[in-house]
Amino acid sequence: MELMVLGQEKNEDKPAGGCSAGSCGSTDDQVNRLPDHIREKVENHPCYSEKAHHYFARMHVAVAPACNIQCHYCNRKYDCANESRPGVVSELLTPAQAVKKTMAVAANIPQMTVLGIAGPGDPLANPERTFETFRELSEKAPDIKLCVSTNGLALPDAVDELAKHNIDHVTITINCVDPEVGAKIYPWIYWNNRRIKGVKAAKILIEQQQKGLEMLVERGILVKVNSVLIPGVNDEHLKEVSRIVKAKGAFLHNVMPLIAEAEHGTFYGVMGQRGPSPEELSDLQDACAGDMNMMRHCRQCRADAVGMLGEDRGEEFTMDKIEDMEIDYAEAMVRRAAVHQSIARALAEEEGRAAPAGINVPATSRPVLMAVATTGSGVINQHFGHAREFLVYEASPAGVRFIGHRKADQYCIGDDTCGEKESALTTTIRALSGCEVVLCSKIGFEPWDELEKAGIRPNGEHAMEPIEEAVAAVYEEMGAAGMLAENAAAAAA
Amino acid sequence: MSLSIIESCVNCWACLPVCPSDAIYDARPHFMIDAGKCTECEGDFAQPQCASICPIEGAILDHFGEAMNPPGSLTGIPPEKLAEAMAEIQAR
Repeated sequence: MELMVLGQEKNEDKPAGGCSAGSCGSTDDQVNRLPDHIREKVENHPCYSEKAHHYFARMHVAVAPACNIQCHYCNRKYDCANESRPGVVSELLTPAQAVKKTMAVAANIPQMTVLGIAGPGDPLANPERTFETFRELSEKAPDIKLCVSTNGLALPDAVDELAKHNIDHVTITINCVDPEVGAKIYPWIYWNNRRIKGVKAAKILIEQQQKGLEMLVERGILVKVNSVLIPGVNDEHLKEVSRIVKAKGAFLHNVMPLIAEAEHGTFYGVMGQRGPSPEELSDLQDACAGDMNMMRHCRQCRADAVGMLGEDRGEEFTMDKIEDMEIDYAEAMVRRAAVHQSIARALAEEEGRAAPAGINVPATSRPVLMAVATTGSGVINQHFGHAREFLVYEASPAGVRFIGHRKADQYCIGDDTCGEKESALTTTIRALSGCEVVLCSKIGFEPWDELEKAGIRPNGEHAMEPIEEAVAAVYEEMGAAGMLAENAAAAAA
Repeated sequence: MSLSIIESCVNCWACLPVCPSDAIYDARPHFMIDAGKCTECEGDFAQPQCASICPIEGAILDHFGEAMNPPGSLTGIPPEKLAEAMAEIQAR
């Protein structure tokens, strides 16, 4: 099997990035269900492939401050270094600065394969700044994939320009296809030199989004659709959104939970609109999954995030720090290609391992959720106390599947200057609600006791083992101990 | 006759490219309108463009010093509700 190596294809007449090999060794179900030509494009994209996100990193550059619409979950005023959510950014960059930062990060974090422009406003409401960044990067760093995320209002007018810069991935945030629903999410848009409000505004936005989606698909540009799940506003409606965008050719649907806190100063935050519980999110993703490839590993990162999904190394690459860095990009590309090659080898090995021969538990066993502490590479390799998030897997007689992630710290870290204080452990235990086991490399005595009291069994016996195999093994142990009968949940706790 | 931008501006750039008179410039602590150039968009558009795209209530004033987008007009958050939430956060 020929393996994908980024950087070696730079002299071919192919778009920058993209994978020229037939298969890159992913065992990821979500990716394997895609047609080959799409699969080739997403296998090393951490945001599109659940498997890839254990190995590859991404970054966003904040070059696009202006926005042409208002969403009820966004507040353009807010900027807090302790927060991680879309729209938040610490340092606005010029296109030249963004290019320099991207190349500095690429040289220092060779597993970084993807550069996205996601704001903090709307990239296509800042077309000059966005496209200048893409133009320079596609020339200077051809081994980096370029993508863009938009609300869709200005998308139809930008499609030709996007195609010109070899952008083969676009994300459109589509929260509704019904203007009545849209009016509860978008208070206004700026359109044809006027501010337009209410249902009329939502109708225009929806038409532009759908038109943009169709135009991108026609040109063979991959489209992922993001939707924000807002309980009581668009929860049921998102099933219809999923059906429609799938029918029009979007390849992946990412339903994300609303983030709304009063201190963010957003409409939903101040008005007390709640976000969904992890169970509500998971149920809706399952309900949409029949129609669509669903994405479950999104971390809703900042518009200036740097690193693996779930981590942010932006602090290491502030403008004053990168001013002093000398980057030899030709040399960096060689190193990056070597790293990508070794990751491809690791993925191939993973695929080569015999698939688990089914789980050895009675067919009537109840499903169990387990939380996993990992820093990446698909193995259990993180100390419980160091984990800022946990991946959640469901084990059932049908096998082990990835469900989503839970943040261990609050969106706001809650120091003295910022909201309520709560012990980190209490927060983490609350975040793990519904999980019965937590797998980590190590864990201290104090959290061990507290977790057990909360009905979550800590387990450090599978350190450095592949996640799915370890989850399956623990599930089988639970089965052997009689903990998987339909009514055994209370007993297990 | 000129509009003006005040300190609640968050420097989001939205207004600068839509001004037909090139009257808006990037300044610190916040963007500014050159009173000599601003026409309030008369002759170009039915509504002043900066005030039509600005997301911040109260950040742009008309030539009487009145907010073009008064509190509650853009976010839909009733001003008393916002004050209540902010007071509660301060009290924590």
